[in-house]
This record gives sequence, C-alpha cells and structure tokens, in this order.
Amino acid sequence: MYKYDNYDQAIVDARVAEFRDQVSRRLSGEMTEDQFKPLRLMNGLYLQLHAYMLRVAIPYGTLDSRQMRMLAHIARKYDRDYGHFTTRQNIQYNWIKLEQCADLLEELASVEMHAIQTSGNCIRNISSDQYAGAAADEVADPRPWAELLRQWSSFHPEFSYLPRKFKIAVIASREDRAAMRLHDIGIELVKQDGVLGARVFVGGGMGRTPMIAPEINPFVRADDLLSYVEACLRVYNRYGRRDNIYKARIKILIHEIGADAYREQVAVEFAHVKTLGIDPPLAELERISAFFAPPAFEADATDSVDRSDPDFAVWIDQNVKVHKQSGYAIVNISLKPIGGIPGDASSAQIDVMADLAEQYSFDELRITHTQNIVLPHVAKRDLYAVWAALNDAGLANANLDLISDIIACPGLDYCSLANARSIPVAQKIALRFADPACQRDLGEIKLKISGCINGCGHHHAGHIGILGVDRKGVENYQLLLGGSGAEDVSLGKIIGPGFDEDGIVDAVEKATEVYKKLRQADERFIDTYRRVGVDPFKEAIYG
Amino acid sequence: MKLLTGNDLKSGAVTWWTGAGWSLHVEDAADVGEHGEAILSAEQGARRVNAAYVIAAVPTTDGPRPAHIKDRVRALGPTVRGDLTLKPADPTAGEWII
Repeated sequence: MYKYDNYDQAIVDARVAEFRDQVSRRLSGEMTEDQFKPLRLMNGLYLQLHAYMLRVAIPYGTLDSRQMRMLAHIARKYDRDYGHFTTRQNIQYNWIKLEQCADLLEELASVEMHAIQTSGNCIRNISSDQYAGAAADEVADPRPWAELLRQWSSFHPEFSYLPRKFKIAVIASREDRAAMRLHDIGIELVKQDGVLGARVFVGGGMGRTPMIAPEINPFVRADDLLSYVEACLRVYNRYGRRDNIYKARIKILIHEIGADAYREQVAVEFAHVKTLGIDPPLAELERISAFFAPPAFEADATDSVDRSDPDFAVWIDQNVKVHKQSGYAIVNISLKPIGGIPGDASSAQIDVMADLAEQYSFDELRITHTQNIVLPHVAKRDLYAVWAALNDAGLANANLDLISDIIACPGLDYCSLANARSIPVAQKIALRFADPACQRDLGEIKLKISGCINGCGHHHAGHIGILGVDRKGVENYQLLLGGSGAEDVSLGKIIGPGFDEDGIVDAVEKATEVYKKLRQADERFIDTYRRVGVDPFKEAIYG
Repeated sequence: MKLLTGNDLKSGAVTWWTGAGWSLHVEDAADVGEHGEAILSAEQGARRVNAAYVIAAVPTTDGPRPAHIKDRVRALGPTVRGDLTLKPADPTAGEWII
C-alpha cells in the first residue's frame, strides 16, 4: 500500500482547509451557487435528487482496513449508514449535508483519503485490476504505475480544465478485469524481450457514443510512459472540442481525425515532452514500487481446503480465484445479494470486510469496477473462517460473474441525470434467476444496467445490457446484446423496441432460454451470441 | 398546477414552496402559478433554497402530485429503500411514485 509522504498529506490537508473556507463563504452568502458549484465539484460534491452526494476516491481501488473502517464511520456519522461502491472503484454517499462536508473531508484526510478530482473535467481516479499483485498472469504489478499516474495527474496544472473528464486504466494481464479499452487511455503493461513497457490504447469510452479504444502505440518503454501519456493528453487538450459537451471526449477527437493522425501528433509531442525530463528517476520508481512489495507470504502454506460444507464449496468454486502464491487465494465478496441493491454495503458490512482484511488478507482490500470487494491475499487454510464471517454478515453470495452479479448505476432512485430506475430492474432480474443452480447452469453472463445514456452502468459492455430511457415521462428499457468489457471487448447493440419494467425482465429470460437451447460444449452466453448472431434472440423476444 | 421545488442549502434536503416558506413535504406545496421564477429568484438570493426550479403537478385529494416520475422520486425518496423515504412506516408509499 502506498503511504502518503509529508507532501501528499500537506496538499490534501490544505485542500480541506480551502474547501472549509469555500463552504463557509457559500453558507454566508459571499458566494453564489454558480460560483460555488465548480468548487464543490472539484471536491467530489454533487447535488443529486435527494441531497448532496459525495464521491470519495479510492486510488486504483486499493485500500487498507483503517481506510475501510473510515468509510464505514463516514457512512454512520455523516450519511444513512451505508455506502455505494461504484463502477469507477470509488464509493459514493448519497445523503451528505453541505454544512458537515468539511468535517467529513478532514476525517477522510486523516486516513490518507480525499474526494479530489472525482468530478470535473480533469483526470479522474486511476483505475486498475483488482487482482493486482495477486494475479498469476500479470507481467508486473500495475499499482506502482497507477500510483505514479495518480501523483502526476493530481493538480496537474495543464490538465485541470480539459475539454471533458478523462479516465485512465492500467492493467498488466492479458485478461482484462478493468474494462481497460473502454477508458480514455487504457494502458496494458507488457514485456518485450524482457523489457517492461506498455501497449497504449486511447479513445475508448461508453456513454452516448461508445467506442473501443484503438491501439495508439504497441510498445512504449516503461521509462517513457509518463511522457507518452502526457503527450496523449496534450494533443487532446489542444484539439479536443470545447464547444459541444457531447463531442468533447477524446474518443470523438480520435474518431474524427483518425487514429493514425492522432498517433502522429502524439509522436511529435512526445519527442518534445521527452526533452522536459518529466519521467521519474529510477530511484523514485523504486521508492513507489517498494510500497507494493509482496506481503510476507508463508512459503509452505497449505493448498488443501476442506470442502465438506456444500455451501462453502459452492462459494469457493464461484468466488475464489487462483493466487500467484501457492497456499493463497483471491476472495471476491459479492455485493449483489439476490433482491439487493448492487454495490451497496452497510457500515456494519464495511466494518466486517475491514476486519477480515486485517485478520486474513495482509490488511488489504480492493474495490472492483463490477461493484464488488476483493480480499486479495487470503491463505487457503483461512478460507472457511472468512466465508463463515461473510455468511454471518450477508456477504457470502456465491454469484460472481453469474447473471445476478449485475452492475447497475444508481439510476433514477438517486441520480439527477437518470431517466429511468436501474436498481429495481436489477432486483427483479436477480429474483427471477434466484435459483443458484439455474444461475450456475447459465454460467458467465455479464449483465449491466444504466438508467440513462451516460452509461455509468456500462450497459454497452454487458453480454446483456439494459438502457433505461424516458418515453414521454414513462420508464422504458432497451435491451442490448453482445457487449464485453473484457479482453474480448465489444459493444452491445440494441436489438429492438424497448420494454416496461416487467417486460425487460421477461426479455432477459427469453434471451437466456435461446442461449440454453443453442449453446455448444462450453460456450458462454456471449460465445453463443457471437456464433449465431442476433436473429434467434430477436425472434424469441419479439416473435 | 405549478410547484416550486429545490434543495435546502445546508442539508441538501428536497424542499417545496408552501406560499410562506419551505416544507419537506410535497403535500404542503402551493400552486405558484406564473410567479415561480420570481419566488425562486428571491428565495435563492436569500439562501433559503438551492438549485430551485418550477415543475408541473396535478392536484389530487392527497395534495399535489408532480407530473414527472423524477420529481415524485424526489418528493418521497428512493423507491428501493422504503426506510429512507419520508414515509418509512408505510410499505405502500412507493406506489404513489409509480
């Protein structure tokens, strides 16, 4: 885990003090809302349907138990006893009072956390692979690079007022667990002839104009990476549109000028940036990397697990993944109870997860973009104890990557941008497929729901996607099929007219029935869809 | 009818113009007719409300019902957490939204 140095702490503390003053001036009337709004947004404070909403950054989704307990404390003291984990590996609180916000941020700062750059047209929280440092298939730990990018992008003077918000993901495995190519910049660390570098993809995104990022450079040496990313941003900052919010993302720029032209511009800018010496010296990279050194794994930890408890065995098979260290495992905690609210956790549950991390996972937790939690380093001998504690807390849902492991944005129940509610649809679908055996028979199905075209629920990246729209004041839901945010990235397509709330649940069920009828061998839903095409699904759903 | 709604500056809570002040309950909301913008301007200036706007509503025997679902969600609370609405003891309260 990265630890703040005095400089990190000082800038976060200074920002809290500055925001306290700004809030005070807003409450006293020295500032109008028009003047105050951009300032509160720079500190992650939105005004949503019911109250102020605070988005707290969790850098690359990594935190320790002390920080996790603080998130629970914030939920209890300043909110309504729960938090909502997001598709950007952050947490949101929905019921924040403006007059208490500075106190809240001060408490967050005491555990090296903040809400800076979780809104606004700047570089947002850097996201990464939730299995970083634990995955057997990674070529390097992506977190030092994500941390380097975090430091570089924090308060970057050139990039605080970009044409539009900017999202960066860093992974280091072929298996993409971070929807890397659906980011403004996606970085995949790779090795070429033993040299560490990165494939750099630029111009991906979801929202109203979804695009898969094209590869802009197949190999940027690691010691050039920061300069290269700076060049990518500079070209965007220079040519990105500021006259039309809907055409302001970098994906539009690259689409309009073409990847080749953009690549050439970046190459020219990169040659200039390299003369500025912004890439960190080796000593700084080593300093950062040292924070992410592997924990003290036991070399002779047992690999055997007693699977005699059938519920435990099911959970192991579904939610526990292979660790690079023998005798250890990666534990996924699903925040998707059947009929529950995807991504929500009570303060008590957050505390339980913090306790388990401290006791069993070298004090580390991860937040996933699929709105779940990970304990990255659990000794296999401790798995039963972890499962039992999770079960007691209502957190042992054995549905990772199954149809009830649904991504859903807050939707019209909370969000002022939404056109339709997402959560009730997710709940109804989960209840329709509540039978665990039925879910397991269906296998991996990534189902993702957004309550508006902005796509916070990643509907374009769902094997099955649902988009809520407003049709003359009535909620309506469109069905998309064929998307993926993984290494087999693709964009789902709307297959026909929309449905009401119950109709979309029926449509999803019909899609799964088509899959069950047509699947071959070990095909997943998405594999069958890609092989047979949309027609059999359309016929079953609309025929 | 037309209602004036916004959020309380300090707490962020949804509020409704009653004709004399602000209430958390849409049942108390008054028809502002064509005066919404003028009231809005004065009240925002006095920092008694934030991000206020005028909405269409339908009068009913139980009080005004906002015309759009978004404002009905604002008026009562999230449909998926009855315990967090203004009527936590009424399990059927959410039906008013839909």
